Amino acid sequence: MLKIHVNGQSHEVDASPDTPLLWILRDHLHLTGTKYGCGVSLCGACTVHVDGKATRSCAIPIAAIGNQKVRTIEDLATNAPGAEATDYHPAQAAWLAEDVAQCGYCQSGQIMAAVALLDSNPAPTDADIDSAMAGHVCRCGTYQKIRAAIHRAAKQQRGI
Amino acid sequence: MANSVTDNSRRRFLKRSTLLASGSLLVGFQIPVQAANKPAAYQDSLTSLMADAFIRIDSDNTVTLLMNHAEFGNGVYTSMAMMVAEELDIDWQLLRWEAAPTEPRYYSPIFGEYLTAGSVSTAGAFIPMRTAGAKTQALLLQAASLFWQTPATSLTTRPGQVVHPDGRRVNYGDLLPVIRDHRLQAPETVTLKAAKDFKILGQSQKRLEGAEKVTGEAIFGIDVKRPNMIYGSVVRPPVYGSKVVRFNADQALSMPGVIKAKAIAAGVVVLARDYWTAQKAAKTIQVTWDDGGLGVLSTERFLDDYRALSNSPGMLAEDIGNALEVTAAAETVFESVYEMPYLAHATMEPMNCTAQVNADHCEIWVGTQYQSNDRTLVARLLGFKEEQVTIHRTLMGGTFGRRASKTADFITDAVEAAKGETVPVQIIWSREEDIRGGHYRPLFVHRMRGSLDDQGYPEAWHQTAVGQSIMQNTKHDPAYMVNGIDIYSVDGCLQNPFGVFPYGTSYQIPNHRVESHNPPKVGVHPHEWRAVGHTHTGIAYECFLDELAFHGKKDPLSLRQHLARDHDRMSAVLARLRIEANWDAPLSAGRGRGVAARIYSISPIAQAVEVSVSGDGTFTVDKVVCVVDCGFAVNPLGIEAQIQGGVMLGLNAVAYGAIDMVDGQVQQSNFHDYRPLRFHQMPEVEVHIIQSDAAPTGVGEQATTPIAPAVANALFNATGRRVRQFPLDRHGFTLKA
Repeated sequence: MLKIHVNGQSHEVDASPDTPLLWILRDHLHLTGTKYGCGVSLCGACTVHVDGKATRSCAIPIAAIGNQKVRTIEDLATNAPGAEATDYHPAQAAWLAEDVAQCGYCQSGQIMAAVALLDSNPAPTDADIDSAMAGHVCRCGTYQKIRAAIHRAAKQQRGI
Repeated sequence: MANSVTDNSRRRFLKRSTLLASGSLLVGFQIPVQAANKPAAYQDSLTSLMADAFIRIDSDNTVTLLMNHAEFGNGVYTSMAMMVAEELDIDWQLLRWEAAPTEPRYYSPIFGEYLTAGSVSTAGAFIPMRTAGAKTQALLLQAASLFWQTPATSLTTRPGQVVHPDGRRVNYGDLLPVIRDHRLQAPETVTLKAAKDFKILGQSQKRLEGAEKVTGEAIFGIDVKRPNMIYGSVVRPPVYGSKVVRFNADQALSMPGVIKAKAIAAGVVVLARDYWTAQKAAKTIQVTWDDGGLGVLSTERFLDDYRALSNSPGMLAEDIGNALEVTAAAETVFESVYEMPYLAHATMEPMNCTAQVNADHCEIWVGTQYQSNDRTLVARLLGFKEEQVTIHRTLMGGTFGRRASKTADFITDAVEAAKGETVPVQIIWSREEDIRGGHYRPLFVHRMRGSLDDQGYPEAWHQTAVGQSIMQNTKHDPAYMVNGIDIYSVDGCLQNPFGVFPYGTSYQIPNHRVESHNPPKVGVHPHEWRAVGHTHTGIAYECFLDELAFHGKKDPLSLRQHLARDHDRMSAVLARLRIEANWDAPLSAGRGRGVAARIYSISPIAQAVEVSVSGDGTFTVDKVVCVVDCGFAVNPLGIEAQIQGGVMLGLNAVAYGAIDMVDGQVQQSNFHDYRPLRFHQMPEVEVHIIQSDAAPTGVGEQATTPIAPAVANALFNATGRRVRQFPLDRHGFTLKA
């Protein structure tokens, strides 16, 4: 059994140690918000945070995770006890405000990348956004709205 | 969230009702409120109550819409909800949706099948969904009238509630017992609101399923989990269409977690406890294939053959005036050959399907555009009756046409794999399988010949299209093949179009001849790809028109305006484009402007682009201005998204897109060699929608085509160099990385 720490919880999984984190999340923990797109770090659909760093879960075996903490899209929004509405992360709220998603499949990875960017750079420029998002593929054409959403989230986080 | 009101009379009433706890109220437009005549049906499962309905109201006050068009990013769920909400006063927070089951009453009124395609969903849903909303609204008012013993005409509604003149309110869900007890039925006919009274339709509405797409909760086909489900990976042949002769799975079967390996039509499937294990094991399997002689095919050879064919007479699709004589007599005949490669769809969510096959029932979970056909083919495969096959449609991570499979290929894979197993099986295609999966926009060669009159306007046009037919020898053959001509092969090139989608060019050229060849359908499965025939005909037509404009010393946009002068809607689109794109403003050196215009599924659309090109041919697309006339604009925000998406996919394809075959084997495999457009390469896309009261028409595919010729034309405008073979990056122009 392998141990893994995901979204504030410890799990034990019965899987081969070379299994990429992506398939541990999806097939063993049923956290399907993290998506399979290419399997070789080319598209970013599988992006999660490992100790706060945006990481391609398709290319990192569970054995390499060790005690690091994994955070997935499912952990971004929180529901306070008794709250009626979802408490969205500012990036998610901005995604909704800009109506970014079309098919939506790549958006978990896009959002996780954007959150990591905003965590390290609270006021990203267009060039910063280009460089942070260049590895994240969308085939529906939402890039323009993703850019607007990241700027919006940044402003909101800075209280502007 | 939920509207809760205190209404003592209502509570007393509800106490008397014995039917409160049970089910739902269904309203449909085809068979009005059958459910209300059959109280016993309320004891049935929800599924049995969905038989003829688009709207379900539950006693918890949720309103559930049964969606009979598929959502894959197209925004159709949102549009359909808006249509209902225009007539039925819905609390958006209590609105739910479900995929409608595979029953004829849910088939597309346009196709007569359960098919979401052709950019016609909004048009097809526009009357039925509003009608369903209006009937439900009338029924609820009638119920509230009985409930309060007050004339219905005195009642009003607010979202989710009927309101009494004295201010009392009752939730829709609380009216269900009244409807049952009185066996109320919705009126046979309703009057729909006039467009001038619309409050929701025509206003921008955010995506209905937007929230679940930012939280990871949205369920795509690949996210389906069933109890005891196992996963499968298929070893597919290097040469598409090969058959398994024998295979050795000894090593695979010795790996922990591997359950089984077996041959299916597509190859050898390995079943395992998780997908990674299945995929890893699949790589160890040795298969002997029979390629049936297909291993000699190559796209180079296809191109040679097609070029030669394009010089010989084809089937005559159109012959207006006498293009042959006019070109024969012309002093100068301009001739160009345009070549467009195979294209894969490369949806972000690779193909996948989950199936469980029991002795007398097959259950399928899949993202599909075409579930009536899927069900038929699965039933045939299993020797079942259609009603023994249930399809649960999920959201889709893109399709671009790929998930409307005439052979249900990605579904039958899973059904074959699940047959004989006691548990559900999920088959996921790797990205490599997906790119090499054989279903492509066909490779096309268009030979273009034209001459000008003494004013410099096109006088004769002679086009010969050569490429594999999509519809030949399919179930759609009779409707889409006219005198041997696949209408997709010449789509948008005809002045007198024919067939099921009679939308031709908006231009009039006095002598206009179009011919078509259907070379053998071998090596691949030619497949619809967002905008289908236009994706190649549009490049050939709009680029060659640009060539003639240049030779005739005409401004490219002015020439189009001249040729489309009798087409009112296109004329308006082009005139607007001229203004919005600032077409007549001068450009600096190294920059260029290009235009293209098409009609797709009724909607005229035109785009103008600006490019910057450096000396080495590296270019950027700086701006795209798009004007579209899609009739009444149901959801402007959704239209904008579809246009941006179409532009991106079309630009992606013209810049990089190509599937090559050598020795029968597809050379591309993943996003490193079938390159997607990246974030920073996306141009700013400005969308202008012509205001119109005409019936709504499509926007889903319209924007994909014009961008490609517009960019090629802009590159010519900037550099004087004309590209006629695609993608651009193989012919001297590289989109800046």
